This record gives sequence, C-alpha cells and structure tokens, in this order.
Amino acid sequence: MKTIDKSNLDKIIGILKKDGYTVIGPIVKDGAIVYDEIESINDLPVGWGDEQEAGSYKLVKRNDDSLFGYVVGPQSWKKFLFPQRMKLWEAGREGRGFKINHSDEPVPKYAFLGVRSCELKAIFIQDKVFNNDMYTDSYYNNVRNNIFIISVNCTQSASTCFCVSMKSGPKAKDGFDISLTEVINKEGHYFVLDEASEKGKELTEMLDAQTATEQQIKAADEAIASAELSMKRSMNTAGIKELLYHNHDHPNWAEIATRCLSCANCTLVCPTCFCHTMEDTTDLTGDHTERWRRWDSCFSLDYSKVAGGSFRTSAKARYRQWMTHKLASWIDQFGTSGCVGCGRCISWCPVGIDITSEVEKIRNSPKNKIINQ
Amino acid sequence: MDNNKSGLMKLDPMTPEAVKVKKIFWETEDVFTIELVYDSDEKREFSYKPGQFNMLYAFGVGESAISISSDSSKKNSLLHTIHKVGYVTNVLSKLKKGDIIGLRGPFGSSWPLEEAKGKDICIIVGGIGLAPLRPSIYHILKHRKQYGKFVLLYGARTPRDILYPVELESWRKKYDIQIEVTVDRADSTWRGHVGVVTTLLNYVELNPEKTMAMVCGPEIMMKYAVDELIKHGVTEKEIYVSLERNMKCALGFCGHCQYGPSFVCKDGPVFSFSKVTDIFEIKEL
Ligand code: SF4
Ligand code: SF4
Repeated sequence: MKTIDKSNLDKIIGILKKDGYTVIGPIVKDGAIVYDEIESINDLPVGWGDEQEAGSYKLVKRNDDSLFGYVVGPQSWKKFLFPQRMKLWEAGREGRGFKINHSDEPVPKYAFLGVRSCELKAIFIQDKVFNNDMYTDSYYNNVRNNIFIISVNCTQSASTCFCVSMKSGPKAKDGFDISLTEVINKEGHYFVLDEASEKGKELTEMLDAQTATEQQIKAADEAIASAELSMKRSMNTAGIKELLYHNHDHPNWAEIATRCLSCANCTLVCPTCFCHTMEDTTDLTGDHTERWRRWDSCFSLDYSKVAGGSFRTSAKARYRQWMTHKLASWIDQFGTSGCVGCGRCISWCPVGIDITSEVEKIRNSPKNKIINQ
Repeated sequence: MDNNKSGLMKLDPMTPEAVKVKKIFWETEDVFTIELVYDSDEKREFSYKPGQFNMLYAFGVGESAISISSDSSKKNSLLHTIHKVGYVTNVLSKLKKGDIIGLRGPFGSSWPLEEAKGKDICIIVGGIGLAPLRPSIYHILKHRKQYGKFVLLYGARTPRDILYPVELESWRKKYDIQIEVTVDRADSTWRGHVGVVTTLLNYVELNPEKTMAMVCGPEIMMKYAVDELIKHGVTEKEIYVSLERNMKCALGFCGHCQYGPSFVCKDGPVFSFSKVTDIFEIKEL
C-alpha cells in the first residue's frame, strides 16, 4: 500500500492522457455529478457532496475540499461501454441490393477515474450480459478490453445505498487497476493507493508515492467502515428468487402500479440494465440507411410488442417484469443478481418507489405464497 | 474478465449478409413464401436445424424474426413462409425475384428430433404455426422408420387459409402419416372437420407413454393443446412448444424477448413444456 497526494493524482491523469487514454471522471453538471472527460483534478467536484432520499437528489457544499466526497449520481459507466445511442452500421443501395459499411473509427481507449465498488460490480455483471455463452458484443468487449480502471472506495453512504446487503461495497476488492481511498484528517489530505494489475503497478512507479504507514492504512479502513456503518438501507436477499417467482399474482404489484408512472427512469439510471432496441433510419432519397442501437426499457409499451400486440400492457406487469428480472431471473440468466445496491433507482424515481421496501412488503405480507422466509 | 472462448467473432452477429430472392409466391391471401439463395457464392450452403429462425432485413426498413420452413437437408436455398402482419413483413411481401435482402441467422433452439427417435410423434399446429414445423415433418418423413406413429393435427381459420394444401395431400398419399385438418369457419366446399384444433385429438389413437408432442401456434391455442395432451396422458416433458416474443438482436443481448428467466431467441424458441410450465399460466409475463 502506498499513499499519494493530490498533485500525484493529477500526475496520474497526465500520464494516462499521454498514454492515449481519454480520462473520464466525475464532474458537476446541471446540478448533479456526472461522468465526462476530464483534463485535470481541477475538473473534479471539489468540495461537493450529494444528499439523496427516495425521489430526491441534491448537491450540497461540503466543509472540506474533498475530490470524491459524493456518492453516486444519475449516470453510470455503462454509457461508455454501452452507449445510449450508437450507430452499428450504415448501408447504401447498390443495384437491387445494398452494401453495408462499418465505421472505421478507432475503438475508444478509456481510463475511468472514480469507479465506486458497486459500479465495478455492475461492470462485471454487464460483462456477462455482453459476452454470453453464444455471442459477443464486439463494441462492448473491444472497449472493455482497453479500459484502465481507477476505483475510489466510498467513505460515506447516501441514505439510498444498500451495497453492503448486496455484497458489492463499499470497498472495491478486485477488478481495478488502481484503487484509491481518500482521507482528509488533521494529518492532511491524501489517498491510500492499492494497485492490482501490471498496468497499475507500472503507473504507480512513475509517481512520487510513499509507502503507507500503518496509521494511514488504518485511517483509510476506518473511513470505509464509516460508509458501511452509516448505511441505512438493506435488501433482504434470502430466497429472493423463489419469493418473486411465486408471488407474481401478489396484490402489491397492483398497488405499485397505482404509483408507478412507467417513466423508465429506474431502468435508465440503473448501471446493469442493458435492454436496447434497433432503429433503422433512411435519408430522403431512400438510398442510404443506418442501423442504430439505443437504450430501451421494459417500461415502454413497444418493448414487448409482437405482431399480435404487446405482451405486457399493464403498468403492473411491467414493474413486475423489471423487479423480477433484476432480482430473480437475472440469477438464472447470469448467475448473479442484477442489482448492486447503488440506490439510483430509488433516488431518481419521481415518485420515490423503493425497490428494497417493495420486496419487504411482499415478503412480510400475509399473502406471501412462500412461507417462513 | 473472461474473454470469449472463440475470441471476437469473425462475422459481427449484428451485420446481415446479402441473400437473393429466388422465388416469391402467395400461399394464401395474407401468407407468402420467399425462397432465398446466396447472392455471390453459388456453392455456399445454408445450414440450420428444424425449428430455428432467421432475422430477415429489408433495406432501410428493418428486421423481422421469421422461422425457416424448408427442408433442412436441401442446403442450396431457404424457404420462409411469412404472415403479412406488420411493417417489415409487408415490405418483404412486395419483393420481386432477384431482389437482395439481408439475413442473420440461423438462431435459436430446434425441435428435438434426436430425442424423438423411436417415439410416436404428435404435431399440433394452428395457423402459420405449420411453417416452423414443416422442416421437422420433412425430416421425420425422410427418416420415417426411425419414428413410431406419426400424426399431424392442423387448425386453420377457413379452408382458404390452409397452408401447403397440395403438399398435405401428397404426404397423406405417399407416407405413413395421419393428417387431420380442421377449420374454424367452413365454407360450402369444405367436407372436413370444423372446430378448434384440440378436438382433433378425439380422432387419433395416442399411446401416451411413447408419444412426443410438438406444438406451435397462437399462445392461447398452445395452452389448450398442451392441456388436452396432458389430459390424454402425455407427460409435460414430452411436450415441446415454440414461443413467439419481440426480438431485436436474436443474440440474447437486447432483452426484448425475455420469458421468465429465458431469452426466447437464444434459449428458445423451442422449449420443453416442462421448462415453461410455471410461467405459461401467468398473464403478461
Ligand atoms: S436496481 Fe436500483 S439499486 Fe439495484 S443496481 Fe439498479 S439502480 Fe442500483
Ligand atoms: S418505478 Fe419509478 S422510476 Fe421506475 S418507471 Fe416507475 S415511476 Fe419511473
């Protein structure tokens, strides 16, 4: 374990840029912390934190100049690996047929700075989605194989977080190139650094890094522990697959449907939701066409449409599909829950629907078909 | 992270290949068949299993998931029998001989013709559902000795909606197969059965212990057919169904075709009923 100061964090950004990486990190934009390209640590949300509740998210000024003093915002890293809208190919008419051309733009080379532990887990989950037993999504995997990941451990939690119960945080255990824990105390403002990959080690060697003292390591561990101890929400995952599979006719679904607006916010902010659709566009001449892929949501009516109509016309059926997929069928599909406990769907739901308490309502109701859970 | 066992795919599974329309003709008023061949390389062969489907792409318009309805041992061309119901299928219906369209596939699971060996086969289909089963019928007829009794029960809306009438007649004459056809609404020419397809089970002698059933049609029809088969003593695990869902990618990526825990495109469309019993009963799953 090593420690570095802020200027060395800046140096990391510089080295990565020189190495050809587009460095992405947290910035303040339109009243939220989002992920975008950064040039230096001056772009980071210095001294900003966030306050989150069911149905609300607010930026607040902190009384220190921390760089990572917020939790998670509305965006996740999936927008880089799995862009919201992306051209797959274009084609031009040729005779009675057509010719397809692929873009020859180089695959982006991203360095992600500030990946939270739950977000890292979300990336592992999408790795399984876009590289299934039969097919590989080439864009996702090409970007993914090039990524440099700097995770930053959480030293506080939002009231909406429940990563501890989902075993996905607050400390990143593996899958990063470098991990940092930000410490601000009377000894100063520093980062405890852990490197996990060869690339991470090489980069650390170029820094003025000190060997971390026992005290510094302890301070970092305590900061992470405070995030864990202050976590208010939790998800009881015991037997959750059976719970949801056997309660598809539970009255709570209809009750949720009276509140849910089917706005799809929850699926858009969720770092693991992967549903998308294809769109074909044509220019006015009809001789040039493009195939685009864009995010879709199980909350949209068109989503389950086939020639005969939609399979899920009620809000009840759509919310049930979303939650049952996230927490139950995902386990059958990918061997892992589809939820990492980041709390985004709770904060960004305009009516404050809380996935953890909806599960509890079904579990604790006398109508629960699975007894003794 | 795991790298794909095969590395990156040589052919991007999202990119259609060009195929040429060799023939296109109407089967009924709203159902047509397209025969496709490779455009460039005459020697290339199509390889697929009965029950699988392709994504057919009309230039500038989009894709539609269509099951293959040809004889899988004839590899030079592909037949797709298509119900004209939506935007893409409407455009496909207007194609002319020599036009080029895009094709991705084949995708999905197939009918269990290996497991079916030695068993009696009962195929129950409704409407366009005969098309995805035609490759299986060809296969069983070609290897007739490997299978026991063979029954095909088929329900159409009206006599004019009956698919492949000439072929049905020739199968009846040439092969050891019992074919029963019923219509929902008869006309003055019709001398056959009238009523839902499940009633045809009353006209066949099933030996439930050794029967395997393959069912395809509208979901509600499949539900009744399965109920009826179970009543006749056929076990759930010997009943196979082919499901329809909204499909965009056919690769298990886009999420559209989920059916409970399954992706219809990748894990289906053909499922053993025992795998989908729980969820077959739930509305709007
Ligand atoms: S379901 Fe909600 S809490 Fe779970 S990962 Fe998605 S957005 Fe985060
Ligand atoms: S649960 Fe909330 S965020 Fe999700 S669709 Fe319903 S109203 Fe929108």
